[in-house]
Amino acid sequence: MAELKLADYKTTVHNDWCPGCGDFGILNAIQMALSEMQIPRHKAVIFSGIGCSGKTPHFINVYGIHTLHGRVLPFAQGAKIANPDLEIIAVGGDGDGLGIGAGHFVGAGRKNVDIPYLIFNNAVYGLTKGQASPTLRLGEKTKSLVTPNTSNSVNPIALALVSGFTFIARSYSYDVKHLKDTIKRAITHKGLAFVDVLQPCPTYDDIHTREWYQGIDKQETGKAMPRIYKIEETGYDGTIKDESEINEKMTRILQFSSEWGDKIPVGIFYQNELIPSYHERIAENNKEYFAKPPSHQEISDNKNNPIAKIDKILDKLQIKD
Amino acid sequence: MSFLTSVNSISWLIGGPQGSGVDSAANIFAKTCAKEGFHIFGKREFYSNIKGEHSYFTIRISDKPVNSHLEEINVLVSFDAETLFRHADKVSAGGMIIYDSSLVETVLEEVPTIDFEASNRIRKLLQDSGQSMNLNGMLEFAKSRGCRVYGLPYFEMLETVAQKMNDPKLSKISRVVNVMAISASISLLGIKKDKLINAIQEVFGSKPKLLASNIEAAEYAYSYIGTKYDTKNITYNLTPKDALKDYLLLSGSQAAAIGKIVAGCRFQTYYPITPASDESEFLESNQIIDQVDGKSGSIVVVQTEDEIAAITMAIGASLTGVRTATATSGPGFSLMAEALGWAGMNEVPLVVTMYQRAGPSTGLPTRHEQSDLLFAINAGHGEFPKIVLASGNIEESFYDAIKAFNFAEIFQLPVIHLLDKAISSSIQTCKRFSNDLKIERGEFKNTIDKNQSEGAAGHFQRFKLDDSPISTRVPIGTENAIFWNTGDEHTEEGHISEDPENRNKMMDKRMKKLDLALEKINQDDMAICHDFDSDGKNVVVSWGSTKGAILEALEKLSEEGNKMKFVQIRLLHPFPTETVKNFLKEAKLVIDVEMNYTSQLGSLVQQNTGREVDYKIVKYNGRPISTTELYIALKAILSGNNERRIVLDGGT
Repeated sequence: MAELKLADYKTTVHNDWCPGCGDFGILNAIQMALSEMQIPRHKAVIFSGIGCSGKTPHFINVYGIHTLHGRVLPFAQGAKIANPDLEIIAVGGDGDGLGIGAGHFVGAGRKNVDIPYLIFNNAVYGLTKGQASPTLRLGEKTKSLVTPNTSNSVNPIALALVSGFTFIARSYSYDVKHLKDTIKRAITHKGLAFVDVLQPCPTYDDIHTREWYQGIDKQETGKAMPRIYKIEETGYDGTIKDESEINEKMTRILQFSSEWGDKIPVGIFYQNELIPSYHERIAENNKEYFAKPPSHQEISDNKNNPIAKIDKILDKLQIKD
Repeated sequence: MSFLTSVNSISWLIGGPQGSGVDSAANIFAKTCAKEGFHIFGKREFYSNIKGEHSYFTIRISDKPVNSHLEEINVLVSFDAETLFRHADKVSAGGMIIYDSSLVETVLEEVPTIDFEASNRIRKLLQDSGQSMNLNGMLEFAKSRGCRVYGLPYFEMLETVAQKMNDPKLSKISRVVNVMAISASISLLGIKKDKLINAIQEVFGSKPKLLASNIEAAEYAYSYIGTKYDTKNITYNLTPKDALKDYLLLSGSQAAAIGKIVAGCRFQTYYPITPASDESEFLESNQIIDQVDGKSGSIVVVQTEDEIAAITMAIGASLTGVRTATATSGPGFSLMAEALGWAGMNEVPLVVTMYQRAGPSTGLPTRHEQSDLLFAINAGHGEFPKIVLASGNIEESFYDAIKAFNFAEIFQLPVIHLLDKAISSSIQTCKRFSNDLKIERGEFKNTIDKNQSEGAAGHFQRFKLDDSPISTRVPIGTENAIFWNTGDEHTEEGHISEDPENRNKMMDKRMKKLDLALEKINQDDMAICHDFDSDGKNVVVSWGSTKGAILEALEKLSEEGNKMKFVQIRLLHPFPTETVKNFLKEAKLVIDVEMNYTSQLGSLVQQNTGREVDYKIVKYNGRPISTTELYIALKAILSGNNERRIVLDGGT
């Protein structure tokens, strides 16, 4: 098969995101990851929620399923459980995944279906004109808020950890290479992978701007001090190789998760493939699941007769004199 | 007035605290009678409670098919005081009551699970009949009405059984009281013991210890009656019939689940809810599926975190090409409304099996109602096509489950299969199901030729605007067929579009499916006119599980010279206006019968056919309509009753 180029993963659909939107970096990174991994276009499916991030699938030239607000994870899990051969990527906003969809975030963690899930995290509800999202901190007042935020923020990394996600990472939309590499790792991970993507909203978030992440306001040493640092560069490795490491690692991840402000960690906090995926759990009771998942099941013969044989079930219910 | 249409017919009831084996005892009784050749209809009533509250199971047995329950009881089987307090007044003259003779001094007020309202009613009954406020009073009251009472000293009997088994630990076998109770009733009814022993073997066959103690208990109670009581002059001495050949005894939730297996449903999601969960659990218990080709298939059943996840996960799975369903009840269905619209918008086949229960809100969570008809039809914001199909009994639930998947795929839309608590948890003898229905998948394809990808940018057109509103549908993952889905209005490829012209075309495409459905769906799946050829001018209209009581009440009325027709509407949306109009064309009186407050079908009939409903018979106390009360109500109308709306209130 001919090599697929980056351009092959792009559609001609007009992109109506605001100029300078962090979403562009994420879109590019996803397309680059797909291209570098040479994932056949028809094998890949991007599922999205609602909001600016929800439009992502329309810009990627693979199957694209733009679902409902907050529900991207159950939609995507249903498809992946029914057909584990598909390469499914779920994307959504922070309001989508951690507000209206928070119940599914936790529910998905418990299942560990083999999909990567990217949250485009910009602390505001962009498409509805800048209301506070679940990741905006208490007391912060972004541009279109009438009063400072009266709700506290949820901690996505910690929530993913306690919910049971088996891969947890963070990246930054303007570091496309780091993001692309992280997405590739998330795709390859066996199990549910969460990538928290810091993504400035240039229109409504006047606090967490690109310049703020760059540390333009922090000139103590004479030059900007970027807020983001890579945990791999500190020698940290989030891979769990033995179950005995889990408790210590979890404590360390919770520490990372609470770092914010002057030092914001990115990288892979956690990867644990010792926990069986939901698919493996199904296969324990249904040995042929991987060979014949729901989507591959034959249900009728060539004359459209059902091929299920229910005699044994009926015999049990039949009246025997 | 009696519905004992033949000598070989009785209405039998067993009650007891939830968790004490009322259900399994009733099942053993039903199996025993079915083995004897009798048709069965059984109805379960239970509280939203795990242990202790009063539950009961009514079983009608007859040498003819039975389809509903009656108000009257001929045999009341009990092993606690509450069952007697609650039901003894319904036992007919000549009926039999089996009770625990050690409980006769039990005072009404001492039974903690009898709620205040019921207690007041029972007290008044005992007061008015001059009886004492204890179980003895209740028994005396029953005897004064011609009932015969049979006391069993269960505790002493248990001791004897324990001795016979050389097992001094009474507590271990105390659970067999339920089987002793039914065994006594079987003995009184003159049914042979070997059928009972066979039934017990079927139920406990895999648990040798339980089997042994239950058989011992059954044998002992059976002979105890014979030695203790004179059974010669029993009114209901049932004569065995020929065996029921190729008959099943099963519940509605089992029938629907088996239908799904035949239909090729290979993915089902659910969130636990009464009375829908039984179906999903049955499917999971049968997840490996035999096939005619000798291979095996399987169904994946997923328990989700809520009903929103249940329906959206099902939709996601359906996109991969698998036949998919979710099962729920009213509260869960409320949560599913938004996603239903997404499936409609994106033309995704999906079956939602909706087991109605009494609402609103939590309502009466374990009780019956048919109050979600208009909600099912209108569920979801905006306008999109869906099909709403309602089954009238357990047998229909099986066949309709298969049809629901065919409709979903042929018309590429969500299908709501309306069932209810009465169908779900009742049991009935049904002719063994045949699986000769076809699997019809409409425009579903697994492969797409490269040349077919002809959209604006060389893309496959999942929502192609064509003469037919039905487009080619492929599973996601198909080569040369990349498409998009979105809840937004969209182009033929599935990209967002707010263009006004495109909007009209896409709305037309989707909504035209409703016209197509009315063209293609078989007449019998739209509405059935029972006794269409009769010269009856009065017509009962209804839908769903009221069918059994209606057919039986109409049969009785017909025997008395009052012939009536019954129009059972099965396709509730799109509404089969022409068919129903035709059935009502010459009707003198149209009488609507429904288990809800507002006569929802009545409004639909009026709205679609322009024909006013003359009388409304409704019920909303949570207990299914019985043949008895419906007969009385219809009789009242036929004798010139002035009330245009009759509210039924039967049931305990």
